Amino acid sequence: MKKALPYILFILLLCRHVAVFAQDRFPRPEFESGHVYPTNQMPAPRAQVWEYIDVLVLIGALLMTTWLALKKRSRQGLIWMSVFSLAYFGFYRQGCICAVGSVQNVSLALFNTGYSIPLTALLFFIIPLLFALAFGRVFCAGVCPLGAIQELTGLKPVKLPKSVELTLALVPFIYLAIAILFASTNSQFLICRYDPFVGIFRLDAPYTMIIFGALLLLAGIFVNRPYCRFLCPYGVLLNIFSRFAGRHLTITPAECINCRLCEEVCPYDAIIPSDTDQKNVAPEKSRKRFILYFLLVPLFAATGAFLLYNLAPSLSGANSTVRLAREIRTEKKTGIESELKDVVAFKESGKTESELYNEEEMIIGRFRNGSPWAGAFLGISFGIGMISLTIRTKRNEYKPHQGKCYSCGRCFKFCPIKVKV
Amino acid sequence: MKENRNKYQSRRDFVKTAGKLLVAAPLVIIPVFLAEKTKATGYVWQIDPFKCTQCGQCKTNCVMTPSASKCVHAFRMCGYCDLCGGYLRQGVKTISTGAENQLCPTGAITRKFVEEPYFEYTINEELCDGCAKCVKGCGDFGNGSLYMQIRHDRCTNCNECSIARTCPSNAISRIPANIAYLPKDAGKK
Repeated sequence: MKKALPYILFILLLCRHVAVFAQDRFPRPEFESGHVYPTNQMPAPRAQVWEYIDVLVLIGALLMTTWLALKKRSRQGLIWMSVFSLAYFGFYRQGCICAVGSVQNVSLALFNTGYSIPLTALLFFIIPLLFALAFGRVFCAGVCPLGAIQELTGLKPVKLPKSVELTLALVPFIYLAIAILFASTNSQFLICRYDPFVGIFRLDAPYTMIIFGALLLLAGIFVNRPYCRFLCPYGVLLNIFSRFAGRHLTITPAECINCRLCEEVCPYDAIIPSDTDQKNVAPEKSRKRFILYFLLVPLFAATGAFLLYNLAPSLSGANSTVRLAREIRTEKKTGIESELKDVVAFKESGKTESELYNEEEMIIGRFRNGSPWAGAFLGISFGIGMISLTIRTKRNEYKPHQGKCYSCGRCFKFCPIKVKV
Repeated sequence: MKENRNKYQSRRDFVKTAGKLLVAAPLVIIPVFLAEKTKATGYVWQIDPFKCTQCGQCKTNCVMTPSASKCVHAFRMCGYCDLCGGYLRQGVKTISTGAENQLCPTGAITRKFVEEPYFEYTINEELCDGCAKCVKGCGDFGNGSLYMQIRHDRCTNCNECSIARTCPSNAISRIPANIAYLPKDAGKK
């Protein structure tokens, strides 16, 4: 109640506002028949308790998925878990709240004074990352509704050529960097806007969104989990965290016998083969490459920062205030009156043009501050990716790649070693 | 040979532990940093009726069809006029409930005789599609007692409201969920 007080005062102030500007052109009637004013029924929003129940469901689902993937080793169980998450977080909660979008709430809260983040959004951001740090990407395996819908529709997995796979895997990094830049400058929530499956969850969306989602699902029948692999910005974070996971799903329940039966089964190219046959690049060559790329990382970072810094003015077009200022400037230059609703509303609002231009300048400044960091992040990620291509580790077993593995459990049934649990 | 393996093993372990600490650090720092800014209550999206310019984009830009934003009538501000700018089309020949006279494209406003010379106008929420034509009419010629609000039984509370993103007058903002509405006639008896 105490917290609500300023808002109530604010509303009361607004009411005074009405009294001052007295929109009452016509006097309020004095009824003689004893007529009473009807009251408006204003439906209350979803109770706060339910938001916390969502968090509990998230934790429960993560624990269950972890158990199914790491201990029970049941692909069947993971599929049922996906069905549950798709039903609950997808169709019942309609894709909101989701961990993927929460990245933006966190960046908006970190870099803006006016925005306070709901505790549930913060928890949805952190809990899956904690699980990734402990057990790998169990969130992707059976909790994320976006992952679940793709997992369930990925029926005929086709392997992509390694070069295509590696190149496309760069896209999520760019998406994440741009999305954080847009969110932290309070411009827009890119990830939510282009969420491909939320329209399907709601069964109601602009048709372009439905078509985009349907096309992704169609492609996903063959190229499994296209959103997760080549777009998902939260996946980038999970990928990084999962690489350092304390425990992770294993292909074999006991010691690997190098039978090579699992070699080709992973649709995500996430199985690192054993290299007992030593077919990798000669160590001398890869060591040189390692050193070269290591030295090049600062250069990549600087290039990225330089590129994005110069792109800042274009990127700032994502902000509606900047767009409005540009429209007004064009209007001034050409003398043709703009019919854009934003321009009309701006003229009605009584704000001066210099105020608008100042605001525009400030926002572009924020883009200039943020974009080099986004660029440096991209450069460093690219550099580390190049380095990781040169690293040659001796392996005598088949292991999942901890960054890429979604813990989907497809490989379980191909391992001939059976251990009684 | 054995010694060599141990050396590699410990180096790998070191890299892994260092990496783990490095990525775990933000997970601790971010909540600590945001502790002050974190609110236990969520937020909902709402239209500030005093900023709204009745552009009509609420109807088309909401992810829901029909839109979650609908017209609300502040009865305590209404003049109960016979010639109502929110109910009747501009320049009508006769003041009646004929469909050709009504401004509302979905016929969502009911006109009811109260007593001479007053008429009461009620919004049928089921029919209202949030086009804001009546709101504009009422604001232009009347007391401005009709106004737009986002109805929380329809609103899915998107992370970023797609009407808010395109609202030309920035009238839509996040407000605490325990307030939920910004009634125009708050405090009027």
